[in-house]
Amino acid sequence: MTLDELSRPTRGLGERVIERLLQSAGLISVLTTIGILWVLLAETTSFFSEVSIGEFFGSTVWTPLFAEKSFGIWPLVTGTLLVTGVALMVAVPFGVLAAIYLSEFAPPRVRKVLKPLLEILAGVPTIVYGYFALIVVTPVLQGFMPDLSGFNALAPGLVMGVMIIPMIASLSEDALRAVPSSLREASWGLGASKLATIRRVVVPAAASGIVASVILAMSRAIGETMIVAIAAGQQPNFTADPTVPVETMTAYIVQVSMGDTPVGTIEYKTIFAVGTALFVLTLLMNILSRRIRRRLARGVGG
Amino acid sequence: MSVVPPPTPPTVDISKTRWGGLGERLFVWTSLGAVLIPLAILAVLITDVAVDAIGRLDMGFLTNYPSRRAGQAGILPALVGSLYLIGLTALITLPLGIGAAIYLEEYDQKSRFATFIEINIANLAGVPSIIYGLLGLGIFVNALGLGRSLIAGALTLALLVMPIVIMATREALRAVPGDLREAAIGLGATKWQVIRQVVLPQAAPGILTGTILAVSRAIGETAPLIVVGAWTYITFLPDGLDAEFTALPIQIYNWVSRPQAAFAQNAAAGIVVLLTVMLAINLVAVVLRNRAQKRIGS
Repeated sequence: MTLDELSRPTRGLGERVIERLLQSAGLISVLTTIGILWVLLAETTSFFSEVSIGEFFGSTVWTPLFAEKSFGIWPLVTGTLLVTGVALMVAVPFGVLAAIYLSEFAPPRVRKVLKPLLEILAGVPTIVYGYFALIVVTPVLQGFMPDLSGFNALAPGLVMGVMIIPMIASLSEDALRAVPSSLREASWGLGASKLATIRRVVVPAAASGIVASVILAMSRAIGETMIVAIAAGQQPNFTADPTVPVETMTAYIVQVSMGDTPVGTIEYKTIFAVGTALFVLTLLMNILSRRIRRRLARGVGG
Repeated sequence: MSVVPPPTPPTVDISKTRWGGLGERLFVWTSLGAVLIPLAILAVLITDVAVDAIGRLDMGFLTNYPSRRAGQAGILPALVGSLYLIGLTALITLPLGIGAAIYLEEYDQKSRFATFIEINIANLAGVPSIIYGLLGLGIFVNALGLGRSLIAGALTLALLVMPIVIMATREALRAVPGDLREAAIGLGATKWQVIRQVVLPQAAPGILTGTILAVSRAIGETAPLIVVGAWTYITFLPDGLDAEFTALPIQIYNWVSRPQAAFAQNAAAGIVVLLTVMLAINLVAVVLRNRAQKRIGS
């Protein structure tokens, strides 16, 4: 018998009304999803009635705001991936090492202090990071990279990397802590040092969880907007060079939104087409990351 | 299961040659560095912004309207706009988010509908904030005809933070011990009586803190407000739900995107104001929680 069946059998009308009200509050989240899908799909469909899918995915020139229009999304995609790549080069080593420290070495008291401090990094508004990337990091980098452009993918990438360190650290730490201590003990019992145990036993056992954290952080980096809108420039260059200005998918949406773009114009529709690409990309990565984590929760190293 | 003593590394470690020991210590220090270096960068960031801001932070900065002259520009409409936005966002998102959480946690834990909503909320939490901006632009600004208004911005932010509000509330509800519910049911209470008189009072401090922290995130959000159409140059205060508006991060973005150093200084001062408001909200959350805990304890 469940608790519900045990509660008083005469449930009044008021009780049922309250339950329905609470249930409809839950439905708002479903409506939000439907709203997002509807808005993105309606405008994107309308976009593709004017621009061919072949041009969107086939061209490497993105100039919807010029007189001579071209709608190839690749410059925005490479710009996004370039910044994300730089961010991950910072965040993966720092995040994973920090996770190893917090899970394997830190005394409980030290961990209790350091963890919330590290989380602050993820709570700082991104506009603040954008300011930092443009006003501080780029000039410092120019000190020893004279060719670095004032807007570039490098500085926002580095700063974004710092921002997503706590995300990788926190989720990777969960994965490392989920490794049963019997595995560590067995390794020590065989005579392995603590370092060898971490390298050869603990990290490999937690590998899928660490990968899941990196995928999630990557998704966060791809969707990040203000750091790149401020510090990366707004020039959709099709390039792999992190020292020149680039434009990300998110920064393009900001660029169009800053101008007054009337509803129904092709410029207006482009931001929804780009938004759809962004939405699909991040959603797939989030789902992948969650799948891996859920498999992990069912049992690791067993 | 038998009782196993807590794991201790073996006292005799055959692999611990002189170099192995050194390598191990180096690794511990390196991994500690991976925690400390990002924290040092955070300290540099905050110090740098504060130093840049010092020359501009005075009462005039808080009470003036924006100006083409950097030295006279103030942040008043943005500050007031942000406070209105956060208040409206809280009014919209808290009843809905807390209600949804109560439903999922107390009424309907294992049904297909609840699982579906749960997955849906998890997905929404991962949607980039700029996509919420597109949602707000498409639905609130255009389809519903609210225009580039305060209420359109608040509705957008409300949907953006709702998944976090729901998750924070559920966590607080989960922390209420099950035997309290059982005891109340045993005394003949109805479901809603149990929730209202037993569960909610117990969970209130946690709900309060968690949801205030969630809503305080909205104050730093920039991208969705840009897409929804916050204005960058506003010389009056919002006078209604349909008023044009600006907000602190929008004003900061406007200043930081100008080439002159004097405007960058304004941006730094704006950041100090923004971080101070966030800090104040967080402090209120902590104080409220401590008071509520005391009340329950007595």
